[in-house]
Amino acid sequence: MTTRTPWRPAALLTGLVLLTAACGGGTTRSDVAQQQSSAPAGAASSAAADPNAPIKQGLKVAFLPKQVNNPYFTIANQGGISAAAEYGGEGKEVGPSDASASSQVSYINTLTQQKQDAIVISANDPNAVVPALKQAMAAGIKVVSYDSDTAADGRQIFVNQASAEDLGRTEVQLLAEQIGHKGKIAVLSATPNATNQNAWIEFMKDELTKPEFKDMELVKVAYGNDDDQKSFTETQGLLRSYPDLAGIISPTTVGIAAAARYLSDSPYKGKVKLTGLGTPNQLRKFVKDGTIDAFELWNPADLGYLASYAAAALASGQITGAEGERFKAGRLGEYTVGAKGEVLLGKPTVFDKDNIDDFDF
Amino acid sequence: MPAEHTGAVGSRWPVRAAYRWEGLILALLAGVALWASLGVDGFANGSNVSFLLLDTTEIALMVLTMTLVIVAAEIDLSVASTLGLSCAVLGQLWNAGLPIEAIMPICLLVGAVCGAFNGLLVTGLGLPSLAVTIGTYALFRGLAYVLLGDQAVADLPPAYTGLATASLGPIPLASLLVVVLAGVAAVVLHATGLGRSIFALGSNVEAAFFAGVRVKRIKFWLFVASGTMASLASLVYTFRYASARADNGMGLELAVVAAVLLGGVSIFGGRGSLPGVLMAVLLLGVVRNALILADVANEVLNFVTGLLLVASVLAPNLGAVRRRRTTPSVEGKSVS
Repeated sequence: MTTRTPWRPAALLTGLVLLTAACGGGTTRSDVAQQQSSAPAGAASSAAADPNAPIKQGLKVAFLPKQVNNPYFTIANQGGISAAAEYGGEGKEVGPSDASASSQVSYINTLTQQKQDAIVISANDPNAVVPALKQAMAAGIKVVSYDSDTAADGRQIFVNQASAEDLGRTEVQLLAEQIGHKGKIAVLSATPNATNQNAWIEFMKDELTKPEFKDMELVKVAYGNDDDQKSFTETQGLLRSYPDLAGIISPTTVGIAAAARYLSDSPYKGKVKLTGLGTPNQLRKFVKDGTIDAFELWNPADLGYLASYAAAALASGQITGAEGERFKAGRLGEYTVGAKGEVLLGKPTVFDKDNIDDFDF
Repeated sequence: MPAEHTGAVGSRWPVRAAYRWEGLILALLAGVALWASLGVDGFANGSNVSFLLLDTTEIALMVLTMTLVIVAAEIDLSVASTLGLSCAVLGQLWNAGLPIEAIMPICLLVGAVCGAFNGLLVTGLGLPSLAVTIGTYALFRGLAYVLLGDQAVADLPPAYTGLATASLGPIPLASLLVVVLAGVAAVVLHATGLGRSIFALGSNVEAAFFAGVRVKRIKFWLFVASGTMASLASLVYTFRYASARADNGMGLELAVVAAVLLGGVSIFGGRGSLPGVLMAVLLLGVVRNALILADVANEVLNFVTGLLLVASVLAPNLGAVRRRRTTPSVEGKSVS
């Protein structure tokens, strides 16, 4: 490459690009948006639901988590597999060891090949799995998403672990009990634009307007960016600015763990109450040493259990995924399919020193 | 052109060994396929074959140029990051409203520039490609995240996403692309003066240089080809999964290098063949597909693939090690 110009092909390519761009032809983002908006909105499923159909025996239900060997999903899928055993089906867990966006696709294809009756999936990428799931559904396989939804056309039912409203309101109620419905409180959130957290915080603020919480005042929403160090120093800053703070709600597992670590080594331990969303394994130590009285999260075993029953109900023709259909989910009772095929697990589970040892995730 | 020179550099032994190795891979491939057809439910049918081929598309594309690079005694570990960067560029430009037909050549250009950057550092500054491409492995992936962050661009045109998953009978269209390009790469490597030069500079760079092979120029263009191929793979990847993300193809570079080595290409350069590599890609794909179908746990899967790879690096080099003991002055030191 001493004398010849290696740039000629590059120049040619650039020219081609500019030419195509200049021609103005081609498919742009707005074209696709137009096509999609003009397309008929979601063909309704043709088969009618028969709520009285018995659950078929020997249903094969596969659980495809974001990642195998992840304690949270192991518990959820054990819940689902035990549910399958209850209704006479056969459950199994398969999945990739890395939570990358596309690794699930080859597993979906495999499950389609194996002619499973249903796939229960927590999507690593809501869109990347859709083409494969559509093929699975075309082959007659029912698809339930849980924990992390896919795009709506990739599944029939989404089992939602907790609604934003329930999480937001119950966290305020939980803290109110601990501080006697009185005092200044703060929120330690994730990032300022975290969709989930912001939705929850809105419901917290709304809950605080109720008369029983009139003596509680939300003084600050701090952001730890879901970074351990930042969350730690933000907690420190909160207590420096408001030494008379009564309690902190941290609706993120990173934030609550960092705040607990700060509080447990500070004079505020036990005096400033901390609650929020966390996992038992992460917070066990702080519950036992009195830093945290109680925190909450959905029970992953119940989540898997419900998703498993939803899959069985779909595969047996009891439901099709349309709004208003009802099905029974073993010990959890009866559930109704909501808008957009969503089924809501219910109120989150509260963990305290009495029950925390029953959970390992 | 010192066309016949290669024969002299790599004595008869490795040539015969290469054939034997390919024969072994072919036998292994046939054996595993036969076992899976008989013993694994759902393996031997059109749609599974189609899934299997589709799943290996990106790797099959990237091994084509990687084989040339490794035969030339270099390596490019930045291919998967180039793929990621190209996906991020695609996503960002698509968001900006450019037509997809203009974005695709831009992506290829991005890949070519990434490859040229590697090539310049390796040939211009004489740095070892292992170090350079470990650096650009992080650099390109980092750039991808800077561009697209953690967002996923998914509203891609259905005409193209459909094309990426479409198949003619059990043969995916994407595999036809692989076949065509594999033909080109095989001809270049095995039937042209350029190919002979690549073998020559891979087995002994100094001898090749003195014999008139334009070592730097060839190496530079090999890196450009590798980068461009990575972005071509990124287009297939993005449309196949209908999702452009900065973390697309994370870790694929290892699968690519692994397949090349399993295919019998010497990591020291100068030896190997494209048919062998393509069979190795198929072998890895078939093993993976069959074991997943047989509900083998993921850890075991990784273990089996790992075992195959260790064996593949070990077996052909046993001979090389033996040879090195008997003749002290050997190749393998060829760091340009």
